Amino acid sequence: MALVKYNNNSISAVTATGLANGAMTHIKTLTASSSATLSFVDGADSVVLDSTYPIYVFKFINIHPQNNDADFQFNMSIDSGSNYNVTKTTTIFNAYHYEADSGANVVYDTDSDLAQSTADQIIAGNQGIGNDNDQSISGQLFLYSPSSTTYVKHFITNTNASHHADITVNGFVSGYGNTTSAINGIRFLFGSGNIDAGQIKLYGIKDS
Amino acid sequence: MALIKLNNKAVSNATAFGSITALGSMTFIKKLTASSSATLSFVDGTDGVVLDSTYKEYMFTFNNINPATDNVKFQFNMSVDGGSNYNVIKTTTVFQAYHQESGANSPVEYRDEKDLAQSTAFQILGSGIGNGADECLCGNLQLFNPSSTTFVKHFMNVSQLYDGNNTMSLNSFTAGYGNTTSEVDAIRFQMDSGNFDGDICLYGIA
Repeated sequence: MALVKYNNNSISAVTATGLANGAMTHIKTLTASSSATLSFVDGADSVVLDSTYPIYVFKFINIHPQNNDADFQFNMSIDSGSNYNVTKTTTIFNAYHYEADSGANVVYDTDSDLAQSTADQIIAGNQGIGNDNDQSISGQLFLYSPSSTTYVKHFITNTNASHHADITVNGFVSGYGNTTSAINGIRFLFGSGNIDAGQIKLYGIKDS
Repeated sequence: MALIKLNNKAVSNATAFGSITALGSMTFIKKLTASSSATLSFVDGTDGVVLDSTYKEYMFTFNNINPATDNVKFQFNMSVDGGSNYNVIKTTTVFQAYHQESGANSPVEYRDEKDLAQSTAFQILGSGIGNGADECLCGNLQLFNPSSTTFVKHFMNVSQLYDGNNTMSLNSFTAGYGNTTSEVDAIRFQMDSGNFDGDICLYGIA
């Protein structure tokens, strides 16, 4: 019987296996540490945000603000991060429930949506995230075909946040970047103060 | 002692490495591209489509769905006979929010003209889509356990679109169940009028 012995050199030279590859590929994780912003720019620091994937997903993991009552926001760039000022039209609504059970509802947030505005978009309207040690926002943002030069740039978010007044807030923010230029940069920040802690993970979803 | 040289071909033909049997829990199954197409259909066992008990959850993604006709409805239906008929009875909910580029907006509102109550009709997943060069619909649809012969077939959808009047962002949420305990083995997407362009991908979630 032949003796088969594999070593690390032989295995590390392998470029493909017969296994089914996952369709959701991790691209980049940025970890906040008293950070003013977290930015993903195509071609910078191993970030891919181009035509490689038709759909990108950003995951927010326990994004914790430095300041109390802070709004988590984002914007897009068409010039590799020189400017984050894409014109957007968006919708926002939230479901909320007080820890004290003193109120709960689903409401549209007219203060936080945008109509052809270049301003940063609040991710979940009027969330006012708390800065207690255990408070944060988590969720996700889907971005469709950012590199298209034909269509507007649709995005869909769903988050859940710990409001500073001890409320759980389930936020739904969607809209489009009203541009046919390729989007090649995304920036996240709070309306005031730093991102004290948390991670934002970028994934690409394959279509082949 | 025989000398065995491990090469790339040998490894690429392997189907398992120890306990590792796949890389990731979301598996790409099939991409269909509409190009002036009347319908796009995913039928289990046809053209590489898997839509059976292999996965407990399936996800369809909609990318740049652009209709030929202005202000039309993107819709879907299910089949229990391999795509011969798309007419599964459904009971569904639909709610949405919109915001016009001029600033006018809606409350979050339930849309009873779009839901179904024990109907075999196609279910709307987004309505009023524009056919302008830059207008389209994006989103996804999750389908749970389509091969069950015990339970109804739950689905959940979120869509985001640019409307046909070139003035509005519309975010809609549609969910419900196919009220059947037969296996759902095919899904069809179409516009209520005219053809469409765009990509629909199918994934299995392990």
